[in-house]
Amino acid sequence: MAKKHIVVGAVAVTASLLLAGCQSGGDPADSGKIEGDITVLTQRTDLVDNVFQDYKAEFEKKYPDVTVTFEAITDYEGEIAIRLNTDDYGDVLVIPNSVSKDQLANYFEPLGTVDELKKDYLFVDEQAYDGTAYGIAITGNAQGYVYNKKVWEAAGITEAPTTPDEFIDALQAIKDETDAIPLYTNYKDGWPLSQWTGQRGFGPEGGNYANHTTEIDDPWSEGEDYYEVDSILFDAVANGLTEEDPSTTNWENSKVLIGSGQVGTMVLGSWAVSQMQDAAVAAGGAKEDIGYWPFPVQTDGTFHSAVGGDYKNAINVNSENKAAARAWIDWFANESGYAASQGGISPVVGGELPATLADFEPLGVEFVETVPAPAGQEALEAAIYNGAEIDIWGNLYRQKLVDIARGAAAGDKKSYFAELNDKWAAARAAAQ
Amino acid sequence: MTNVTETTTPVPAITAQKKKPSARPAGRRDRKITPWLFLIVPLALLGLFTYLPAANMLYYSFTTWNGFEATPKEFVGLDNYAAIFTRDDILPVFLVSVYYIGASFLQMAIALYFATLLSFSTWFQNLFKGILFFPSLINGVAIGFVFLYLFQPNGTLDGVLGVLGLGDLSQQWLGDPGVVNYSLAATSVWRYTGLNFVLFLGAIQSIPKELYEAADLDGANRWQQFRFIIAPGIKRIISLSFILAISGSLAVFEIPFIMTGGANGSMTFVIKTVTLGLGVFHKVGLASAMAVVLLIIVLLVTALQRRLVPDDKVDLS
Repeated sequence: MAKKHIVVGAVAVTASLLLAGCQSGGDPADSGKIEGDITVLTQRTDLVDNVFQDYKAEFEKKYPDVTVTFEAITDYEGEIAIRLNTDDYGDVLVIPNSVSKDQLANYFEPLGTVDELKKDYLFVDEQAYDGTAYGIAITGNAQGYVYNKKVWEAAGITEAPTTPDEFIDALQAIKDETDAIPLYTNYKDGWPLSQWTGQRGFGPEGGNYANHTTEIDDPWSEGEDYYEVDSILFDAVANGLTEEDPSTTNWENSKVLIGSGQVGTMVLGSWAVSQMQDAAVAAGGAKEDIGYWPFPVQTDGTFHSAVGGDYKNAINVNSENKAAARAWIDWFANESGYAASQGGISPVVGGELPATLADFEPLGVEFVETVPAPAGQEALEAAIYNGAEIDIWGNLYRQKLVDIARGAAAGDKKSYFAELNDKWAAARAAAQ
Repeated sequence: MTNVTETTTPVPAITAQKKKPSARPAGRRDRKITPWLFLIVPLALLGLFTYLPAANMLYYSFTTWNGFEATPKEFVGLDNYAAIFTRDDILPVFLVSVYYIGASFLQMAIALYFATLLSFSTWFQNLFKGILFFPSLINGVAIGFVFLYLFQPNGTLDGVLGVLGLGDLSQQWLGDPGVVNYSLAATSVWRYTGLNFVLFLGAIQSIPKELYEAADLDGANRWQQFRFIIAPGIKRIISLSFILAISGSLAVFEIPFIMTGGANGSMTFVIKTVTLGLGVFHKVGLASAMAVVLLIIVLLVTALQRRLVPDDKVDLS
């Protein structure tokens, strides 16, 4: 008996020692005043030691009772998904993609009703549930593709292609006339492939496209946005218009390649423009070498570009200094200048269009805002794509698409799209 | 005074004698408890970080949990296990492990060859030992990146082949679905040969030198010495290495995950588990069941191997 007691006691001691490390030294209960220490988690490991330090200085000047600490996380999505199961995930953090809408209230503090916040901010719907908003965007993006103007001009193309066929022809012309790789997929790093999903919204369904896919069994049929997007990728690869060996692509290097004119085009959100312009300058070119055009599909004779918020700042529901955290979020959107510095659309109502989207104006591009899911169905889309194991925001299914297109995996476009439709239909049936 | 001391001195002796019988059982109990006191901390850590999570995983494998604490863990019985054996995209990924099993035979042959060679005195003996062991010291992620550059089109490998006039052999080492698994398995051989080599070398050096002298006197050549002295002498280490190599091949993860992410037909069972679990699709229940299945398969393979190669005592004398 004595032995057992000692063992149990020692386990308890060890456990409490281990747990003691997890307890955060506590401030008293939330006072509601803008004061105290806040920890801001960020995915921008590249900015945390420079730009964010300036933000900290300015913010603390305005709110002298607040001290801001940053914690930058390299594998943001992966690490946060695990840390959300504890109370310890900072005071302010951007909402990870893995949290579905119906779970928002479990992890994040409500910021107000959607209607209220809409007066001041854009993209409020995107992280909201049941009329309550949980996050304010750090910046906003339009959709389209980045291209190197010199390469496209050398191939004789000076106007934005208006159909998928024109786009493929243009890529073919680049292949024939120049030494550049017409379109770079970034297959190895994978996540850039998810940028193709971001393009959705150019079709007749507009900003309602995501909701529309929850109502149909076959999003990979002609006329659907997913079909258009993936067809262009498939045809480009099948016609040899992409890099020769996709398995060894490199994201950092891809910036150099497009900046120096060795790559013609990459399908990415508008957030990428400023990075590519920097790369062009570093390669001895000019900022103006890099342009941004809308996705080559027109509906009713007009280009459409989906605009949406980037990550959204939110407050940890367990935070002890919620007022200070809220002040940081509002300040970040209104005064930090983050969106402008990233060449993004300001999340504040009435903000100006960034210079990076200068090409959009003469083309008469119409912006399409995402329509939120109807009440009670906020988590449906994620339930379907996770259930179907089609990672529309990941890399796996499009990597396979590229493999099939280049003849490295069995099947063809028709059979793969049919397979995707079957999986979608089955998951949709299971999710309802 | 002397008288007093004389009469008082026996007293402590008596009390000491009286105490002894009662102290003895207490001492024995101490001796029984002492090992446990030493073991408490490691046992607690083992339980907390190995068995408790494993028990949790077993529990999750019977549910549809998606990895978020707030969502309910709906009990579905053996559905996840049924899915593993009925879906056409889960068990077939074990075929990729065949490449790594093949590679591990090659790896052990190389390691055994060099261990035998370097256990006799040769020029630059220690330098070669260092060179062979060196890859084991490098972080696996770094190795993945290094080999990524090696295998790039016009990368190091193609460059070396070109210099040697073998440029025609150049191909898409990672891009060609027929080649990618050989490339990855070769990387794995490079990474793990050193570890096998050290194990074998240590075992070989523990064989008494007189046996070689006796063999020399009897006119045995080097091959015969290897066949009849070294091989039987390190049999246990060889069989242990086989168990490790095969279970490692079934659970291979690091190198393919860093280098290809499982794309292009290089998906392994563990990468599949990660992508189905918290990595991408949040089917933690299914992923847990896959982890349990992998554990059972590794246990079975090990048991089978022990049956085929009984672990009998080595006797060289």
